[in-house]
Amino acid sequence: MTVAIVSYGVNNIGSVRRALVDLGADVVLAEHHDALAGADRVVLPGVGAFGEAMARLRAGGWVDALRRLVPQGRPLLGICLGMQMLADSSDENGTHDGLGLIAGRVRRLDALGCSLRIPHVGWNDVEYHGASPLFAKIPQGTDFYFVHSYAFEVGLPDTVRATTAYDVPLVASVQREHVFGTQFHPEKSSRAGRQVLKNFLDYGRC
Amino acid sequence: MLTKRIIACMDVRDGQVVKGVQFQQLRHAGDPAELARRYNVEGIDEIVVLDVTATLETRRALRNTISAVAKEIFLPLTVGGGIRAEDDAAAAVDAGADKVSLNTAALSNPGLITTLANRYGSQAVIVAIDAKRRGGTSDSGFGVFVRSGTADAARDAVEWAREAESRGAGEILLTSMDRDGTRAGFDCDLTAAVSDAVNIPVIASGGAGGLEHFADVFTRGHADAALAASIFHYADTGVADLKRYLRTQGIPIRL
Repeated sequence: MTVAIVSYGVNNIGSVRRALVDLGADVVLAEHHDALAGADRVVLPGVGAFGEAMARLRAGGWVDALRRLVPQGRPLLGICLGMQMLADSSDENGTHDGLGLIAGRVRRLDALGCSLRIPHVGWNDVEYHGASPLFAKIPQGTDFYFVHSYAFEVGLPDTVRATTAYDVPLVASVQREHVFGTQFHPEKSSRAGRQVLKNFLDYGRC
Repeated sequence: MLTKRIIACMDVRDGQVVKGVQFQQLRHAGDPAELARRYNVEGIDEIVVLDVTATLETRRALRNTISAVAKEIFLPLTVGGGIRAEDDAAAAVDAGADKVSLNTAALSNPGLITTLANRYGSQAVIVAIDAKRRGGTSDSGFGVFVRSGTADAARDAVEWAREAESRGAGEILLTSMDRDGTRAGFDCDLTAAVSDAVNIPVIASGGAGGLEHFADVFTRGHADAALAASIFHYADTGVADLKRYLRTQGIPIRL
């Protein structure tokens, strides 16, 4: 099982890499989109600002390479900003186009009705909905580590696979076919996070 | 519901964890990676590594310490101490830090907060404030000290926390110098004053001595997270016991 981590100049990917290696994956740090060719699965991490991260993806030729994963049937996991970039667009510092892989728009928490502290930082319990492969073997209400000021407002309700409650419900995980996203950081979420990554590696395996 | 965080802090000098009282009398408390491993098992929510000497010679040792700690935990890791420029922050992040904590440099060069927030996102930038009652210039009654608590910054703690937020800080790490290492309890007045004045999370630090001190700082002090060092290092208070206790007090905590 080869997993490519999209390495487009954002930090810190060390912990995602270590977690996947621990789970037995052959991990490739893909610094060029050509490196996705041999990967069974792709992880798109991300921290920082949406516009800047998308600009880096575009400049590196990643956008088409990532979009091609969908017809190829290869699973993709976006983490935190990586999940947000799956959306059509974001309102972070102006309007920016996303990858458009899962219908929706990324908005600041206060624009979504949140009146608590921003960023939403810390461990919050996640409720998943229906059969969600990423949450197999994980009890409802398990805490995961979040740190974000913007959140995914989905266009199609059935792509929401998990939510977390701040003062308003926030999307914690999305899925459309084999494109997955987690707003929380599985690689920072101790044992439960490790199980999410394991579930991603196990997804679709016979 | 968002839980209150329990954070273990390791003050590191020459690759070893040390701990002082009111910023003085440092003594050895163990190996950072070994402590991190224990805290991870016990259910700590985050770990902070502070380089308390932060000279050029110790910078390389710190990088090794960060990597060694990061290898042990799948938890958020903050690094502080001696981060004076963008390059220092980049070195910490490259070694495995998720967040950097700025103290003296944030006051002398507040633009650094914004620079780092733009590069890594606000969530990665913590501004650490060492505050003291009646110290220096302090409309709120709490002054700010820098250079490991040796120099009066002539700033008010509440006002500086507000400015740090407006410049892009994602969290405030607020240490009471009066309480540091005394185990007399967190300074809840200080914590509440800062916490009520900003809209970013506040981590309370300095003075943890018993289970009830944590309950106090979450309720009376309005803290989002509480940080302690020595009581965890010497295993006087187990992290798991503390978290179970806080749950019984009705405080939202991850078990």
